[in-house]
Formats: sequence, C-alpha cells, structure tokens
Amino acid sequence: MQALLAAIMKKLLYLSVVLLFSVVSVYAQDIPYIKSDQITAWKNDTSNTVYVLNFWATWCAPCVAEIPDFEKLSQGYADKGVRVVLISTDFRRDVEKRLKPFVTRKKLEGSVVFIDETTPNNWIDLVSPEWTGAIPATLVVSKGRGFEQFFEKQLHFEELEAAVKAALNN
Amino acid sequence: MKKMLSLLAIAATLVTLSFTTAPVVHNGYHIGDIARDFNLKNVNGKEVSLAGIKKAKGYIVIFTCNHCPYAVAYEDRIIALHKKYAKLGYPVVAINPNDKDVQPADNFDNMKKRAKEKKFPFVYLYDETQEIAKAYGATRTPHVFLLDKDRKVRYIGAIDDNHEEPESVKVKYLENAIDELRSGKDIAATETKAIGCTIKWRKSAETKPGGVKQ
Repeated sequence: MQALLAAIMKKLLYLSVVLLFSVVSVYAQDIPYIKSDQITAWKNDTSNTVYVLNFWATWCAPCVAEIPDFEKLSQGYADKGVRVVLISTDFRRDVEKRLKPFVTRKKLEGSVVFIDETTPNNWIDLVSPEWTGAIPATLVVSKGRGFEQFFEKQLHFEELEAAVKAALNN
Repeated sequence: MKKMLSLLAIAATLVTLSFTTAPVVHNGYHIGDIARDFNLKNVNGKEVSLAGIKKAKGYIVIFTCNHCPYAVAYEDRIIALHKKYAKLGYPVVAINPNDKDVQPADNFDNMKKRAKEKKFPFVYLYDETQEIAKAYGATRTPHVFLLDKDRKVRYIGAIDDNHEEPESVKVKYLENAIDELRSGKDIAATETKAIGCTIKWRKSAETKPGGVKQ
C-alpha cells in the first residue's frame, strides 16, 4: 500500500514537473540580444516604418510605469507600420532572473530585446547625441519619412502618440 | 525702408533657422565653466561646502543615490576612488539629488543608513531642493563632475566604461582625467556618457530639470 502510494506520489511529482516545464516553455521565449549596430540599422532603415525605440530597465520605476502606454501604442499602430521595441538596459546577469520573468508576467513577448553591450559611452550617441544616458529614454525615428524625435523622460500616451502621428504624417 | 525690410527678412530667417536646426542645448555646466559652491547637509548632520574642504586641489563631485542599481554598482569603486585620491587633494563629494517623495529609498535617513553600512569615507550630501543638481546639469545617477581647485569644470561623465563588471573595465575615464589634471596635461576625454537612473525630480517643480531641451 505504502509502496503504491509512493509510486503514485512519484508519478504526480513527475507530471507536475513536466507540466511546469511545458508552461514555462510556452511563455519564456528567448529575449533577443542585440548589439548597437542593430540600433543603427533601425535608424538607417529607409522604408516607411516608424520605429519607437524605448530604453528601459526592470528596476526603473518611471520606465515600468510607461510600458502600458507603449503597449497600447503598439497595439493601435502595428498595422500602420509602427514598430515598438523596448530595449532593456538591465544588467546581463539579471536577464534570466529578472528580465525574463518580468517579460512573462507583463506579457511583453515580441517587443522586448536586450542590448548586449558593456560600454554605453560607445553607443549612447548612436541613439541620439541629445541623450545624456538617463532612462527612460525614447527615440521615435523613421528615416524613410525623414522623422526623428528624442525624449529623455517618462512619456505618457498622448505625447507618445503625438510623436508617432507626426512621424506618420511626415 | 527697403534696407530695413531686408534686415528684417534676414532676422526672420535667422530666427527660423535657429528653431529648425536647433543644436543640442544642455542646461547646466559645460567644460570650462566655473561651478558654484554650495552648503549641503552631510549624513553626519553637518553642512559641507567645497570651500570648507581644506587643502583640496580639486573635487570629484558625484551625483549618486541609494536605490539606483547603476549607482549601487559603482559604490565600491567610488569608495576606492576617494581612498586613492583624497590624500592627493581630490576628495569625492557625493551628492544625492533625488526627491524623497518620488523615491523614498533615497531620503535622508536612508542615506545615513547606506553611508553607515558601506562605511562611506567621503561626504554624502543631500541636495534636498535639487538646486545644485539643476545648476550643474546632472541628469542621472551616477553623474560625475570633476572640478579643479578654482571649481572649473574639467570633466563630465562616467566613472569608467563598464558599470556591470568592475573586473572587465578597460578604460577608467575619471581616473585618467584626474591623473591628467594632476600632471598638468590636457584632459584627453573631457566628456563621456553612461546609462544611469534619471534623477527623481520633485513632482511640483515647474522648472525643467537639467539635461536637454530642444
């Protein structure tokens, strides 16, 4: 009897582990790692795509506060050629234990990338010479439409949408 | 009249140009500016001014705070900087500019706590009105302003080129600048950038914080 119970328990444990892993594998998609040349590539894209490049980190309160506005924008403007990219500047050692769980919890799969660079001084100016390095920071850019606007502050939906509309009308 | 009209036209063009091709304008200090002194409360309760720091040949002013992971990552390096350079006449003067209501982790009590925990050998001052951070043009923590003995700004920017891994640092921007200043050489890299936490400006503040305006 006891042996049977133990066998059942073992089976249950096994099942729950399998279940746990399958759930995790559905949600924990890999977050793409980008280098700074990807930012240059987005900025130099001559199509009419409007890129909204947002620099943030999981621990940054104003960054986290503005994310729902970026999500709203992304949903409303995806079919109008607007691409929102949330570029994480978290520490590399925090990608697994902080960034990925955050992305899963907030359902941000598909819009978050991690910038895998160690020396910000080498790439901050590539984003914008106006950027002093404080986060949150956002660049709305479309080379094809000849539009570029940079913000070094927390954005709210209205201001963000106004910038995107201005880009689309350019 | 015609001459006046053409002058007006030129003036109008200039105004238009200055708006459309507006260069990046930073509030706060640039290299070569004379930085203002201040009287700010240290974690030991005493007011500190630059002029009151005896025998200083310069000042390593660092806007930093308790809570920001980028600032925390640099704490040990800031302690080491002070230990190395204070005796040479270049003490670290750390200033926390964050508003206590926006970020309670950075209030004065927590500053005292952090200074005690980490045994900060340098002064850790509270810029409660944020007046100094605005005057200097600090935008993030950590944000360094290296001043010479006349409070002339000689270097603005980052401590080094790798915030996450101190052991992988290749270029120590700030130390290079201090060493060049000490030896009377021109400072090769006077401005660098780093990612940092935005300074937590008081909500009611009408004035635009230091940084960038268009």
